[in-house]
Amino acid sequence: MKTSPMRLALRAALATALLGAGGAAWSQDATLARNLAATCANCHGTDGRAVGDMKPLAGTPADKMLAMLADYRSGAMPATIMHQIVKGYTEAQLKLIASHFAAQKPKQ
Amino acid sequence: MSNSTDLHAPARRRWLAAGAALGGGALAAGCATPAPSGPSLGRVVVIGGGFGGTTTARYLKAWGGNVDVTLVERGATFVSCPISNLVIGGYRQIADVTRGYDGLKAAGVRVVQGEVTAIDAAARKVRLAGGTELAYDRLVLSPGIDFMYEQVGGLQPAIDSGRVTHAWKAGEQTLALRRQLEAMPAGGVVAMTIPRTPYRCPPGPYERACMIASYLKTAKPRAKLLVLDANPEVQSKKALFERAFSQHYKDILEYRPNAELKEVSGTLAKLDFEDVKADVLNVVPPQRAADIAVKAGLVNINNRWVGVNWLTMESTAVPGIHVLGDATFPAPAMPKSGHMANQHGKVAAAAIIQLLKGEPVSATPVVMNTCYSFVTARDVIHVASVHQYDAADKTFKTVPGSGGVSAAANQIEGRYALSWATNIWNDMLG
Repeated sequence: MKTSPMRLALRAALATALLGAGGAAWSQDATLARNLAATCANCHGTDGRAVGDMKPLAGTPADKMLAMLADYRSGAMPATIMHQIVKGYTEAQLKLIASHFAAQKPKQ
Repeated sequence: MSNSTDLHAPARRRWLAAGAALGGGALAAGCATPAPSGPSLGRVVVIGGGFGGTTTARYLKAWGGNVDVTLVERGATFVSCPISNLVIGGYRQIADVTRGYDGLKAAGVRVVQGEVTAIDAAARKVRLAGGTELAYDRLVLSPGIDFMYEQVGGLQPAIDSGRVTHAWKAGEQTLALRRQLEAMPAGGVVAMTIPRTPYRCPPGPYERACMIASYLKTAKPRAKLLVLDANPEVQSKKALFERAFSQHYKDILEYRPNAELKEVSGTLAKLDFEDVKADVLNVVPPQRAADIAVKAGLVNINNRWVGVNWLTMESTAVPGIHVLGDATFPAPAMPKSGHMANQHGKVAAAAIIQLLKGEPVSATPVVMNTCYSFVTARDVIHVASVHQYDAADKTFKTVPGSGGVSAAANQIEGRYALSWATNIWNDMLG
């Protein structure tokens, strides 16, 4: 798996900003973010690289994804299913998920 | 390969043993990508190449790096139960729901086609038909279900003879049911029976009813479908399925609750108070954890299912064996589904990597489920749920206010359903 230095830096910055975490905690949070994001992969593809009609999430900026998720939660964004799924996750979990997908390379 | 594994041995020693056990070259031959350097974290054998097993194998490689992963599956290919009802309806071919294991091999998983005949939990090894033994540090068993034939008189011989189908494991059975529907006289009667819950895929039988009725409506409009349900009502997406039955299949489909199949004779279905003569009889049999789980002494709940520790998916009966998917005794409101088995696989993969490293497992796992059902060739309904781990009760619980079903059947979700299938198959199989 290749991750560009910029994305790595972004991921680290995000993690620090979101979690205020240092070394070991950062690694734990990254693992938790990875695990949580994997619950989305069934529809949105492994690490967010979806095919077909599902929205690809890899490389989506975290703030953009969090805004979308908030709109699903509030009902501002019409949805078939996401308004029901988003309510199953805590805000902290959604932030971790968003940080993980932001750091993934989009499908070529 | 008969050397047993000392779990307390240093990782380096275990790695050397693994190299000897797998014959080195055999593993390398299965790898399209170079193996990561450094000592192996350990050996994991995964039994079962369905939704749970393949996901675990793939994620162990993706997340664990240098883990030796061997997947044992008796079939040459993966045939998906989800979407297979469309094959029965005539809207897809079996090839559309069939995938190979090459993606897993490319990811570095050693794929062995074979049948596991015994698990020696004390020696940490499994034996395959033909005598091959595979040693493991952690075993993953994602065996699916087998049928409780003893509960329905005459069922096993009827299915063995090919006269009656179950089509509840996709593949030849799916095709056999399709052929019977095609061969049936124009004014014929199809009967399908649904066992008492719990069974694999709660909405599956009702989707199947829709697909059979949809086929009959077009190809044999004088034919009838009787849906004989042992349960008192439709078990999933009830209002949506009932609407589909009356909206699309009013003159073809008859749904009868509290109609439990007791005995089969030819294609005669014997219930408590009546016999139903069908031209085509499709029986979804009562189910339990698959035979290998019974044989390995893992079935410890209701004489039917495998209890697991939800933080690791490890069996509560036998240490070192992680059990996934339909074979498990589920957490409250957790469905037996391919989607859920995939989610179990990720919990297991993450936990096994931590256990092999000697580090703590995540204390806050989450799993979720989405199930799409076709009610016509294009219109689909869903049910979704999110399950968070509850540390106090040591189980997954659905989050209040989350999840739910479609507002109404719709074609947008018809497209999503097919995309879901492609994405989850890619997620499992690479």
